[in-house]
Amino acid sequence: MNEYILLRHRTIPNIKDLKEYQAIGGFEAFKKSVTSMTPSEVTDIVKASGLRGRGGAGFPTGLKWSFMDNKNWPHYVIANADESEPGTFKDREIMENNPFQFLEGVAISSFAVGANAAYIYLRGEFWQIAHFLDDKIAELEQMGILGDKLFGTDYSLHIYTHLGAGAYICGEETALLESLEGKRGQPRLRPPFPPSYGLYGKPTVVNNVETLTNVPMILEHGANWYKSIGTEDSAGVKIFSLSGRVKKPGNYELPFGTTFRELIFEHGGGIIDDRAIKAIMPAGASSSLIVADDKALDTPMDYASVRTLGADLGSASVIVIDDSVSIDWVINKTIHFFKHESCGKCTPCREGNYWMQHLIERIHAGVGEQHEVELLYNVAKNIQGKCFCALGEFSTMAVTTGIERFPQDFEDKAKSSIDG
Amino acid sequence: MNKLEEKYKIEIKHVLSKYPNEHKRSAVMPLLYLAQRDGGFVTEEAMEDIAEILELSTTEVASIVGFYTLFHAHSAGKYRIQICNDLSCALRGADSFLEELCKELGIKPGETTPDGLVTIEPVMCLAACHRAPVFQVQTGEGLLYYENQTVESALELIESWREKEKKGSEETV
Ligand SMILES: Cc1cc2nc3c(=O)[nH]c(=O)nc-3n(C[C@H](O)[C@H](O)[C@H](O)COP(=O)(O)O)c2cc1C
Ligand code: SF4
Ligand code: FES
Repeated sequence: MNEYILLRHRTIPNIKDLKEYQAIGGFEAFKKSVTSMTPSEVTDIVKASGLRGRGGAGFPTGLKWSFMDNKNWPHYVIANADESEPGTFKDREIMENNPFQFLEGVAISSFAVGANAAYIYLRGEFWQIAHFLDDKIAELEQMGILGDKLFGTDYSLHIYTHLGAGAYICGEETALLESLEGKRGQPRLRPPFPPSYGLYGKPTVVNNVETLTNVPMILEHGANWYKSIGTEDSAGVKIFSLSGRVKKPGNYELPFGTTFRELIFEHGGGIIDDRAIKAIMPAGASSSLIVADDKALDTPMDYASVRTLGADLGSASVIVIDDSVSIDWVINKTIHFFKHESCGKCTPCREGNYWMQHLIERIHAGVGEQHEVELLYNVAKNIQGKCFCALGEFSTMAVTTGIERFPQDFEDKAKSSIDG
Repeated sequence: MNKLEEKYKIEIKHVLSKYPNEHKRSAVMPLLYLAQRDGGFVTEEAMEDIAEILELSTTEVASIVGFYTLFHAHSAGKYRIQICNDLSCALRGADSFLEELCKELGIKPGETTPDGLVTIEPVMCLAACHRAPVFQVQTGEGLLYYENQTVESALELIESWREKEKKGSEETV
């Protein structure tokens, strides 16, 4: 594939100027939707395209939109720009460089679900991006592309930015809603899901930045065009954030179904110092650890195929680990992250991560004994299936798979403590 | 009208216009950012002012300050250097970057330089994993990213702040 669908600024450097974006057809899809289509026609195209959510869960986007409760008004759209999963840095590149395509995606989805107000919830660290987007939104209002009674119709839309303040859990959609309502970011019980009970108790669609940025191109080129890219189960392109022990870390926009090998060795330039690759985390710190053997490297990166390796593709934040790194070091890092980010609402996650941190610190320092590795494993297993939200589950993935799939790294540690 | 309202009249009005009238509580985080502008942290008094504006209890406002890591209830260095030493960055040397920078400044992570200028803190992933070592600098004014850093480039940056502060204080004398 030689043309970008999302990271178009790489070939069209001025795309962040409104004039340039419009010159290449920008906002035509939004205008066409508002002036000549019904909301359900727009939703149907997105449904037919096979677009699935890029925030991690891979839920079909058009289907989500069609769940909006039409007996309860007003409706809201929220762009999830909290991007805080370790290893993920794609939404940021989109917003910084191709802001209008993203905003057009927000606008089209708002029309499709009948929302007159949309919020972009950005992690607080994206302070500069929020100001940048504010300017772009103001420009669109001036041009009559956003605001009241658009293109001579009765449809009005206002888009607002809202900054979080440093809490990974606010990426979870119901914690995000709480946070946007001015409360601590702690998840809500689901169901009800946001399309029936969302912001201020009103029907709300929450979509990831990358998901929304696909939408204008789908409307412009059609559902069949989009579906023809990628695999049967995972349509279209994905931005893979590649990081860790590779020569060329960065974002790579590739069709779903590209193999790990192609991403890591062709695009990423291979492993630093040409060492041996050891493990892959395909979904950031929340990921299971995959043993990077030939079978894994030749596995296509789509939702279904990655599952055959005992892992999830998630947000496709591929972290590469080489043979210079011990897995107990890796899970020491992931546990510290989740211990820090646990919102404290439920006991298994709050206390479980506290205990996992205590144990991994001893093991990593070489003072833990073999039975403490087993204890760590058991604590992780006992957290699973008992947490109020997915963060608790995420916190155990690297721990259990790390101990199961790389036992040697833990035996060595325990031995060294016995040897003194 | 309380002190915060007086000082940021236009800004507060703009912030409140983003949310439905009956849900002005949504403005609590934007208002905390405003309150933090001057000293880099939120004073007790500012929390009371925000509570009054949004018709909340001060405890509710304080609980927000406590929950979110970018709000601070206590003063620190004028510039908070927050270095990511999370997984991806640590795989590219962020831990030793943090350690060496602290050593050069003669402080430990979490501490402030004796002149009160710089605080160094480790933080979780900043969504800049491909450009490690990376840190953000938080001041009351806002947040800026510094990517692909070295200990030397970080020290130069700190030196430039020292110069700026010196000039600033000479001008006010
Ligand atoms: C702990 C946690 C953190 C999450 N962080 C993010 C995030 O930063 N960005 C995001 O888009 N989705 C995140 N999600 C997923 C959201 O809950 C939600 O599924 C997503 O925003 C839906 O959008 P999509 O359908 O377009 O993927 C997170 C989920 C969990 C459980
Ligand atoms: S699993 Fe963790 S993050 Fe989720 S609600 Fe429970 S304590 Fe909070
Ligand atoms: S791990 Fe450091 S920026 Fe992501």
